[in-house]
Amino acid sequence: MNQKKVVVIGNGMVGYKFCEKITAKSNDFEIIVFAEESRRAYDRVHLSEYFSGKNADDLSMSTQEWYSEQGITLYLNDPVKEINRSAKTVHSHAGKMVSYDYLVLATGSSAFVPNIDGVEKDGVFVYRTIDDLEMIKSYAANVKTGAVMGGGLLGLEAAKALMDLGIEQPAVIEFAPRLMPRQIDNAGSQMLQSKLQSMGLQIMLNKSTARIEGEHHITGLKFNDDTELPIEMLVISAGIRPRDELARLCGLEVSTRGGIIVNEKMETTDPSIFAIGECALVDQMIYGLVAPGYEMAEIVAANLCGAAKQFNGFDMSTKLKLIGVDVASFGDNFITEPDCRTIIFEDTHKGTYKRINISNDGQYLLGGILIGDAAAYNMLLQTTNNKIILPPNPEDLILGSRGGSEPAGAGITALPDDALICSCEGITKGAICNSVSEDGCETVDAIKKCTKAGTGCGGCVPMVKDLMLYTMKATGKYVRNVICEHMSYSRQELYDLIHIHNLKSYEEVLDNLGQGDGCEVCKPLVSSILASLWNEMILKKGNDTAQDSNDRFLANIQKGGTYSVVPRIPGGEITPDKLMVIGSVAKKYNLYTKITGGQRIDMFGAHLSDLPSIWDELIAEGFESGHAYGKGLRTVKSCVGSTWCRFGLHDSVSYAIRIEERYKGIRAPHKLKSAVSGCIRECAEAQSKDFGIIATEKGWNLYVCGNGGSKPQHALLLASDLDSETCIKYIDRFLMFYIRTADPLTRTATWLNKMEGGIDYLRSVIINDSLGMAEKWEAEIEALVGSYQCEWKTAVENPDIRKRFNHFVNAPQEKDPTVTFEEMRGQKKTPEWTTA
Amino acid sequence: MTQETINWLAACRVEDAVENGGVCVKYGDEQIALFYFTRRNEWYATQNECPHRKQMALSRGMIGSTTEEPKVACPFHKKTFSLVTGECLSGDECAIKTYPVKVENGTVYIGL
Ligand code: SRM
Ligand SMILES: Cc1cc2nc3c(=O)[nH]c(=O)nc-3n(C[C@H](O)[C@H](O)[C@H](O)COP(=O)(O)OP(=O)(O)OC[C@H]3O[C@@H](n4cnc5c(N)ncnc54)[C@H](O)[C@@H]3O)c2cc1C
Ligand code: SF4
Ligand code: FES
Repeated sequence: MNQKKVVVIGNGMVGYKFCEKITAKSNDFEIIVFAEESRRAYDRVHLSEYFSGKNADDLSMSTQEWYSEQGITLYLNDPVKEINRSAKTVHSHAGKMVSYDYLVLATGSSAFVPNIDGVEKDGVFVYRTIDDLEMIKSYAANVKTGAVMGGGLLGLEAAKALMDLGIEQPAVIEFAPRLMPRQIDNAGSQMLQSKLQSMGLQIMLNKSTARIEGEHHITGLKFNDDTELPIEMLVISAGIRPRDELARLCGLEVSTRGGIIVNEKMETTDPSIFAIGECALVDQMIYGLVAPGYEMAEIVAANLCGAAKQFNGFDMSTKLKLIGVDVASFGDNFITEPDCRTIIFEDTHKGTYKRINISNDGQYLLGGILIGDAAAYNMLLQTTNNKIILPPNPEDLILGSRGGSEPAGAGITALPDDALICSCEGITKGAICNSVSEDGCETVDAIKKCTKAGTGCGGCVPMVKDLMLYTMKATGKYVRNVICEHMSYSRQELYDLIHIHNLKSYEEVLDNLGQGDGCEVCKPLVSSILASLWNEMILKKGNDTAQDSNDRFLANIQKGGTYSVVPRIPGGEITPDKLMVIGSVAKKYNLYTKITGGQRIDMFGAHLSDLPSIWDELIAEGFESGHAYGKGLRTVKSCVGSTWCRFGLHDSVSYAIRIEERYKGIRAPHKLKSAVSGCIRECAEAQSKDFGIIATEKGWNLYVCGNGGSKPQHALLLASDLDSETCIKYIDRFLMFYIRTADPLTRTATWLNKMEGGIDYLRSVIINDSLGMAEKWEAEIEALVGSYQCEWKTAVENPDIRKRFNHFVNAPQEKDPTVTFEEMRGQKKTPEWTTA
Repeated sequence: MTQETINWLAACRVEDAVENGGVCVKYGDEQIALFYFTRRNEWYATQNECPHRKQMALSRGMIGSTTEEPKVACPFHKKTFSLVTGECLSGDECAIKTYPVKVENGTVYIGL
């Protein structure tokens, strides 16, 4: 056979993709790849995950075997030094000479390092390759301060990485007056800036660096405005420079601003030489993203195989990963009035900024910017790219439809089959749905293997998952959601089975319903179900070691290995005498005391072996466990209410205490919080709770499914103007419905978000009793309330359980000698973590 | 023949150990975690310190298995370690020391 020889220079993401594409299309080519790096092509887009536990193998895009199977010769660690165009040969650093019929330049780009005095010093890095990251990691281990030069997409990613490596408050130094000047507008930048500052980054704008100071290694930066910043390391992320040096050397046309000039077929000025990826300049433009690079690889591969494809520009929409603040821009992000209509939504309190640009006739979405909450990114991008006609109130796109009754998934069903979902790999909605309905893919990983969707930047993975679930449902498939290798049931199935079979211990459940020896996933989950069903003392022999560590010792473990003590203070009301008891116990056992966000007092730093005696003393004075360690009711906060407050409509404190006393000790899929406010001024913040109650002229309004935490969500009104008894009845039903049906570790807010039919459905179940369960649930709650015991009381009274709190089995009187404390503001604190 | 002689530390009585869980054994200045995997009728011993953040906590961890491999999960950040080899099973590059265990006449011994 007469194979044509293709030499590829560069084994980065795009060079690799070219190999993959051309070998999939044809066997007519012999392929030889020269790579400068010592590693096979890896996923540079997810480079930062190298710091969060991924190793070089995880990031690698394929295996050595793959290259052998495809008959590709790969020379690692051997850069090409010279191209001889008249002889059609390339010459490598190690002295290899290889001839070619076609040459593909996929040399990528390098980090741009500005010409600043001192850039050669130790401690100055760039952020491009695994080698760079290895050097950064080992250097960061010995220093405390650092900065990143450049406030663009990559700079912010690098700054987050420094923070994760333990650099305190890394500084981001930007020459321009704002962050991410290429992607987001001024207002968006400001929002991003304050978010990042609250996360612990220092943002320094309008700063140009004059000099990097230090003898051999960097000790600080000196700026042109004469200010200084002492730092021990610096990562430069000031842009990229296309690697066009080989092309320049052999006389191909390159731009003065960098980049190998190519036409729409990616041909250079020599028709047998192509350039793709970040080294190529097409239409005056360098595309610094992976998706357009892949498209270029496709074009060269297809054209070499006889097709006639052209590169027609590419969408530069982006979503920033990893930083902890969502940032995205899509379509025509900067277009302004009068060329379009712009809708802006800004919430400085939550730190969100959303802007959409709409065509003047109101029909199409042109582009936009999202800061703080980019959940809608995929949908908006799809709406833009597929020219989907906008709804009458386009602001709903960024505000969410406020009725709350829209069924989940309505968005993706509206997309046409040819909507591009994964733009890196060019995979459409139709292809993804097909892989589910025709090829039987039932996990995201299976779809990734089958279609390659989601294997590039990964931004489309949530959508791929939604499409998968939607297709599975549409084809009548039952979507399984099992717990772990030991329990092939969903939590709800397991709950019902344990109930029906009347199982009382973890071991019984494992014997009857599971396989293997159990693990840290199924043990706490089963323990929680057992507690919700039977409400027995959780440390009963045999069940104790199946409890999550905090439950096992009835206290939260802290840094350093000590524990916290949180007595229940219902409604936040406490007598002066009881306050003094807490004071004297804390003093006697040398505990750190703090008023918590839940209106009670936490005593930290107790030795494991002191816990039983501490609780002995507290219980003797009338305290009970506050269950701060358990997945169950935490606190019912209250405002002072009508007994003192001039606006109070009812006695919120008494009602809060009644509610806290009723539900204390009940265990659930996740913790539960509540609050009662005496009027709509809402001083108890009831609308941020799993169930919250607000007094009205006529009674109580009941709100459900609110949440603080990382994704705060306001509670929704379930029913209004209830009398005290009805309100409690509804809460009973609500809690039992949640306890029975929620997935493990799912707060009520997330539970509701996943519920088909949303709050309307929930209301019909709770208030109209549409499932016919109300009576049963009320009885079940009554049984739980009736079987309440203070776990700590039972524990301290039982010598066998008490013994378990000894630190040493063979020296029961001795405390853990490795526990130490430091002093701070007249109290103690734990020493910092020591890392391996 | 060169064979290291194993020093056996009498750690505790079988009934003092925790079924399907761990206890902490003092050995001079060292701490050893001793696990009684009752379900498999097996005993394991490892260092008590978790290498991740150097916390004396593994004896308070939950035990279990992945496929057949018995493991312990640290209470702090739930990193898991093989009880047989000490290897970290959550992808980190740290490992823990393991020790042989034997039971004679109701006394549990750890080999040092
Ligand atoms: C002590 C306290 C902070 C303080 O000093 O104020 C605290 C401390 C902890 N919180 Fe909290 N949270 C405390 C109030 C809150 C609040 C505010 C509130 O309740 O009004 C929230 C937000 C409201 C909410 O939950 O919706 C809160 C949201 C969380 C979350 C996130 C939950 C979520 O839905 O995303 C966690 C993590 C979790 O539970 O998985 C958490 C977990 C923790 C843990 C248990 C972390 C851990 O596992 O070690 C901390 C242990 C403390 C200890 O050792 O005792 N804590 N935590 C507060 C104790 C209140 C109390 O009296 O019981
Ligand atoms: C930290 C980071 C985060 C990123 N995040 C995103 C993101 O979220 N989304 C996105 O779309 N893009 C992102 N990118 C950009 C993306 O990684 C690049 O667009 C993509 O890697 C370009 O591929 P390439 O093959 O053109 O270049 P590269 O991946 O750089 O590969 C070029 C290869 O050629 C080699 N080479 C150069 N000269 C020679 C020679 N003479 N001989 C042999 N080999 C040579 C180089 O050593 C290199 O290995 C990110 C980049 C970084 C660094
Ligand atoms: S927010 Fe809660 S979980 Fe986080 S550090 Fe504070 S107390 Fe701990
Ligand atoms: S200290 Fe053990 S997992 Fe972090």
